[in-house]
Amino acid sequence: MKTFEIVRKRALSPNTISYELYAPLVAAACQSGQFVILRVDEDGERVPFTVADYDRAAGTVTVIVQTVGATTYKLSKMEQGGVLADVVGPLGKPTDLGDAQNVILVGGGIGSAVIYPQAAALKNAGRRVSVILGAKTKELVINEEGFAARSDRLIITTDDGSYGRKGFVTDALKELLDEGGYDAVFAVGPLPMMRAVCRLTGGYGVKTIVSMNSVMVDGTGMCGCCRVTVGGKIKYACVDGPEFDGSLVDFDEAIARSLVYRQAEQEHYCRLTGGKR
Amino acid sequence: MKDEFFANAPRVRDAAERIKDFKEVCLGFDAESARAEATRCLGCKNAPCVAGCPVGVKIPAFISLIKSGDIQGAKRTILMDNSLPAVCGRVCPQETQCESACVRGKASRPVSIGLLERLAADNADARPAPAPSNGKRAAVIGSGPAGLSFAGELAANGVEVTVFEAFHKFGGVLVYGIPEFRLPKSLVAKETEALSRLGVRFVKDAVIGKSIMPAQLVKEYDAVFIGTGAGLPMFMGIPGENLNGVFSANEYLTRVNLMRAYDTNADTPVFRAKKAVIVGAGNVAMDSARTALRMGADVTVVYRRGREEMPARREEIKHAEEEGVRFELLTNPVAVNGENGFVKSVTVISMRLGEPDASGRRSPVPVEGSEREIECDMLIMALGTSPNPLLVSAFEGLATGRKGVITVDENGMTNVENVYAGGDAVTGSSTVISAMGQGKRAARAFLKKIKLVP
Repeated sequence: MKTFEIVRKRALSPNTISYELYAPLVAAACQSGQFVILRVDEDGERVPFTVADYDRAAGTVTVIVQTVGATTYKLSKMEQGGVLADVVGPLGKPTDLGDAQNVILVGGGIGSAVIYPQAAALKNAGRRVSVILGAKTKELVINEEGFAARSDRLIITTDDGSYGRKGFVTDALKELLDEGGYDAVFAVGPLPMMRAVCRLTGGYGVKTIVSMNSVMVDGTGMCGCCRVTVGGKIKYACVDGPEFDGSLVDFDEAIARSLVYRQAEQEHYCRLTGGKR
Repeated sequence: MKDEFFANAPRVRDAAERIKDFKEVCLGFDAESARAEATRCLGCKNAPCVAGCPVGVKIPAFISLIKSGDIQGAKRTILMDNSLPAVCGRVCPQETQCESACVRGKASRPVSIGLLERLAADNADARPAPAPSNGKRAAVIGSGPAGLSFAGELAANGVEVTVFEAFHKFGGVLVYGIPEFRLPKSLVAKETEALSRLGVRFVKDAVIGKSIMPAQLVKEYDAVFIGTGAGLPMFMGIPGENLNGVFSANEYLTRVNLMRAYDTNADTPVFRAKKAVIVGAGNVAMDSARTALRMGADVTVVYRRGREEMPARREEIKHAEEEGVRFELLTNPVAVNGENGFVKSVTVISMRLGEPDASGRRSPVPVEGSEREIECDMLIMALGTSPNPLLVSAFEGLATGRKGVITVDENGMTNVENVYAGGDAVTGSSTVISAMGQGKRAARAFLKKIKLVP
């Protein structure tokens, strides 16, 4: 097997693909919550993806990627057996949910991929796990079976009501919080979703951990691109995170910062795809 | 274009032409000017220039070989002490090192030692010969100038060396920091290839402290060298610093250099500013200013001290001015102002120089009521860097000092047996050549320890 080879490629939904990559250094060291930075080819940019699964014996790590822009489009065109230019990691700190016994995991869109290893780890440790998965529509729901086997309770919400309950993850989350008894929430998804979750859980005083998907270059703390204000202090998502206490994160600033290269990215993506989106 | 700074002038591309691309600005001496310049060397017996060189290159000896037309011999002589002559001939601050000590400089101007070194490096293919392995193994963390120098010295003496690099390309600051127009990346690649031929093994995408733990390297290798540099950028801590359009020089330069954002085939986006303000006046600030200029921006450098205090190489400041970079000296930002999340201006205040501080430089004091606004859509912070704690925090028991720099003895050895360190990880922030000097010092100390050299 070649280093950084795509060992297995599998479509999870129309625009979401799971890539199992041969990266023995990463596989040997990584823990859930950490991420890798990959480059598709020699012209490629460095893009971070949270490790969704790993297999130390096989030397592989799995990332789940939504095809949304230039790099993810290029990646989607790579076939099983293809070799990426680089996969580096594991980067960032592992998830730390402390000794929480009764946890709600919230995954919005592609964020569901990130909470999956947590569900497995918590379940193995004998904790009580409730999972809320949110998706725009039925066909975008990821890995329902896997979650069903690794949670005590699974709620699925879709924006259009095509599957599960109609509505947002926060609607379902509110119901659970009203029942009481939960001691931690781990939420991963788009920034506005995580902001909404934190606003809600703040009212209940339940500790909430979020994973920031900031723009990054090196991933080792040397560029400052991923800086995020947490509790009034500047933190680097790549080395201080990517997970932070959501009640302290300045989400409005993070949302503004996520837009810095939007125009450049769209132009580049259009060049690659011939203008079709 | 002739350059009035030199009598035997190196070829320098015209400012109006060179700001349109990222190709090298200074093209060095041609053979004729080099020979003429070499004849200016007095061949001083006590060679004060050698004492001024952090790696002790035998300067009069190599210059004398250039004078006699033996360029290969000149390069071989340099390589005995300096494993990266093509790099040093371009980026060393010769005016504060070898050339500042040149006897010629007392009456007129010093011999252009750096340009002569570059000529020999570029025009000869002499390489150190591989040595048979002696069974000793060394690991190097970081492929910047300190690590490469350590690796080269050991490999030439038969030690099996493995260099671990976190990035996807080798060279450290030489590839992510220093721009193409000052140091072409192909040259750095050539230098690392030469080391590969000497038997050095290079491993990319390996973050020591994350992918591999330092304790494992200490266990598996006879020596470990830490050359992780000073990668942590500093910000000012002023309001508005997290607006879009405010970048560390590290980020901006890494995007453009390492990720080649100036090339339209590259996927990495870069912010294309109309009006850029660079804060700081060191070499990194000049590199940022001249890069932003080439990316199409109108560029102003603001610096809180005066012209005399600017820490950049004299040549970089001169080149920046020729290219149209404006300087607002004795000026310091106090706030960044934005609109819809993006920078629209920076508020600055005038400064005056007060009493000398601990570093001996006169410390700048704000002039009350002198605030004014400079319109800009990009602000680059080139304020210096500090060592990255990533490795150190994963290295149990490693002693560090102020600002997290690694503590070493006079041989470059840390408090951990057989673990050496050098470069910006030890000094906090210095030059390519001083980093190389420290890599070499540590390598010599290790060779002495294992009794390979007396």
